[in-house]
Amino acid sequence: MQISVYRFDPDKDEPPRMEDVELDLPEGRDLMVLDVLELLKAQDPSIAYRRSCREGVCGSDGINMNGRNGLACITPVSEAAPRGKLTLRPLPGLPVVRDLVVDMSQFYRQYEKITPWLVNDTPPPAQERLQMPEEREKLNGLYECILCACCSTACPSFWWNPDKFVGPAGLLQAYRFLADSRDTATAERLAALEDPFSVFRCRGIMNCVSVCPKGLNPTRAIGKIRTMLLSQGI
Amino acid sequence: MEFDGVIVGGGGAGMRAALQLAQSGSKTAVLSKVFPTRSHTVSAQGGIAAAIASEDPDDEWRWHMYDTVKGSDYIGDQDAIEYMCRVGPQAVYELEHMGMPFTRTERGRIYQRPFGGHSLGFGKGGQASRACAAEDRTGHALLHTLYQNNLKAGTTFLNEWFAIDLVVNPDGAVCGLVALEIESGQVVFVKSKATVLATGGAGRIFATTTNALMNTGDGIGMALRAGLPVQDIEMWQFHPTGIHQAGVLVTEGCRGEGGYLVNKDGERFMERYAPTAKDLAGRDVVARSMIQEIMDGRGAGPDGDHVLLKLDHLGEETILKRLPGITELSKTFAHVNPARDPIPVVPTCHYMMGGIPTNVHGQVLTVASEGNDAVVGGLYAIGEVACVSVHGANRLGANSLLDLVVFGRAAGIHIEEAIRQGIGHRDPTDEDVDNASGRLARWNESTDGESVADLRRELQRIMLVNFNVFRSGDHMRRSIGELAELRGRIAKAHLPDKSRVFNTARLEALELDNLLEVAEATAIVAQARTESRGAHARDDYTERDDDNWLCHSLYFASDKRVAKRAVNFAPETVEAFQPMARTY
Amino acid sequence: MVINVGSLGRSGLRDFVLQRVSAVVLGLYGLCITGFFATTPAMDHGALVGFMDSVTMKVFTTLAVVSLAMHAWVGMWTVGTDYIRRHYFGRGHTVYLAVYQLVCLGTIFVYVLWPLSVVWRLGGLAA
Repeated sequence: MQISVYRFDPDKDEPPRMEDVELDLPEGRDLMVLDVLELLKAQDPSIAYRRSCREGVCGSDGINMNGRNGLACITPVSEAAPRGKLTLRPLPGLPVVRDLVVDMSQFYRQYEKITPWLVNDTPPPAQERLQMPEEREKLNGLYECILCACCSTACPSFWWNPDKFVGPAGLLQAYRFLADSRDTATAERLAALEDPFSVFRCRGIMNCVSVCPKGLNPTRAIGKIRTMLLSQGI
Repeated sequence: MEFDGVIVGGGGAGMRAALQLAQSGSKTAVLSKVFPTRSHTVSAQGGIAAAIASEDPDDEWRWHMYDTVKGSDYIGDQDAIEYMCRVGPQAVYELEHMGMPFTRTERGRIYQRPFGGHSLGFGKGGQASRACAAEDRTGHALLHTLYQNNLKAGTTFLNEWFAIDLVVNPDGAVCGLVALEIESGQVVFVKSKATVLATGGAGRIFATTTNALMNTGDGIGMALRAGLPVQDIEMWQFHPTGIHQAGVLVTEGCRGEGGYLVNKDGERFMERYAPTAKDLAGRDVVARSMIQEIMDGRGAGPDGDHVLLKLDHLGEETILKRLPGITELSKTFAHVNPARDPIPVVPTCHYMMGGIPTNVHGQVLTVASEGNDAVVGGLYAIGEVACVSVHGANRLGANSLLDLVVFGRAAGIHIEEAIRQGIGHRDPTDEDVDNASGRLARWNESTDGESVADLRRELQRIMLVNFNVFRSGDHMRRSIGELAELRGRIAKAHLPDKSRVFNTARLEALELDNLLEVAEATAIVAQARTESRGAHARDDYTERDDDNWLCHSLYFASDKRVAKRAVNFAPETVEAFQPMARTY
Repeated sequence: MVINVGSLGRSGLRDFVLQRVSAVVLGLYGLCITGFFATTPAMDHGALVGFMDSVTMKVFTTLAVVSLAMHAWVGMWTVGTDYIRRHYFGRGHTVYLAVYQLVCLGTIFVYVLWPLSVVWRLGGLAA
């Protein structure tokens, strides 16, 4: 199989380049892109990428495969490269550390900005706080985010303003706490999102929804934050 | 770089300890080779066991303790199991207060599902629903919640730092560790009053495993190289339901929700092996039964090499509501929709019951010259890397997450108190620090030799073939020789890529050192334990031997020596549970 | 009014509401004008002046012009802050941004004054 991989090692001082590799894949199995990377690495140990759980839960191996962001471990080669040539690049919009490894600090900073923890100013009861199933239901589709950054790095608004626009991943989590019946900081959370950048840079183009490997819908969450801001503002 | 406490590993145990310590105002760092939410805790699915009496209003921690002792095949320390089961509910409530999104019952309490080996009324009251669950993503929910609360508490995160070795001073006390900042390639001595190993398991010693690629036993390697023993390291849990070929975990919660295993004839075979608990017997029992079915020619598939997990009778709605993650994984890795077709599964290496021996405060223990337990100064171990020991020879499902938070919390509390009492930094000599980076230098200076990938593959093959669900003396003896030979080859292996920035080839080389330590320890102790107990099933010693082996094994790498250590039968508030025949 | 518009940058919510409200006003105004053209068979200058000369139409037109100005300002400000960033323009990007915003404001100002001066002199011309 024809594979083209983005290579960059800052110490070799060369500009980034695409390296073409011809790889024999084992017959009869539809490998995941991560399996291909592991085969490549056995040949050339110098190629760098992140990976861990290899089952789409840890969020380490978000990369760009034939122009589309996704997790290498749960993307079958046949799906990533239907026409036979596999092109692997780092996630767009973030600085490249080496090969397929990007510097995610900007992404994490946006996550940290939304106060990503439950705030409840009442003293905790001796047991759990009660939450009705229908209240808990509201957290589905939100808490499952694995912080792989596939969505935010597919978002032009995040490319333009990575320091000011929270981005789809962070906003999904912002709504996860706004939607939690146990959280008492709704007003503060909304106040922190009211500026023209944090939420309102979302243009609703839904790249995030289209690439999310967990099938989540940040655009819907952003819409709900807007609605909350509106109803609070009126 | 100096901290009050450095926690090596950002999984559930590490972050629970860090949280406790950071909240007390101590200068706390979590040093992790991956971003914390990528730790393997994230893959835990079914639940966290605790007798919170939500589903079974009369459930109590003593019953949980009984189940855990029985599950351990009686080599779990009863003081530790008592502590875990007693503190468990409190630890779970704390997680809920932190914001963990548990699934809820109609009354708004935490949803609990049945899990294997959990019973009511000391085994006489039927199946217990004790695994507190967040759908089938409990580990994910737990890990993210702990990370979020550590952000709140101001914990310092050294993300993508790789621990090379512990720095031990001439008194045998730990002063910190030498670590490699992966992004820059810089090597740093991180000094701390208390060093906590929370590095997780080592399932990657096997060619097929439910474990993440990074579960390479780094903490075990560090402890053994520091001259410390490991305990019960021969005890490896094979999870009954790993997806055939992929090795990906399918939660026991599937069987808790009513799924069951069938052989190629569609027979629910567990009814024959465990008439009462059936598919929810102990994991070791179910795994052995599955292998027996396969060996007897009743395996499914063209090669007859797996069995089937049937879920379709639960109905699509239940499956989607209670097991959404499993649906995803089955579709991706088995090309099967569990609402329609059964999932092909096979027992797969899942969990290391053994580890670094500790007391209930997480303090690492070694053996003093007169043969007693002795606390190692400045060193703690928690979670899968530790052997406190609550799992003995076989862990119950949903007890691992409980182990993480209970003993993470306990270690945090103990360190907090030690710091309050004024323990200080210990000063190592330059030589102590150099010793800890010796193996890095070895790899960096290598000029030629075999490749890391080839040697790793060889090691994983040896372990998979010889230390699986059933073990035979002959094979184990032979593989000990093979591993000794492999040690020689790994000592001469080659790291071709010496670059500085984000060099993952170097990490894999350093991980190979650790895999070898774990593999060799496993092999030597497994061969030494001449009985069958829990997960350790030999075809040449098929019975449990309480006269000789109702004890922990201890292994010292320096002279490849196996010793015995007494099991604790002295819980504080209840009568000890005496060994009985273990049936389900 | 310009001062008012200039402070819009502070609240994303207000910008968001303004853009939507102004869009509705412009939509209605567009419908109104289209309706007039469609229902007037013999269109000439007199008919147009006659239509625009009422106080209602003058106020409506003023509202539409102001809406257009606000809509344009929010949009142009957003585009500017998307693209005129240090990443592309270096350290001096704030200067470029300021110049860009002044040009936008100036242009908008002209496009407000011109139609308003036409509309409010209409009565005088007709007389």
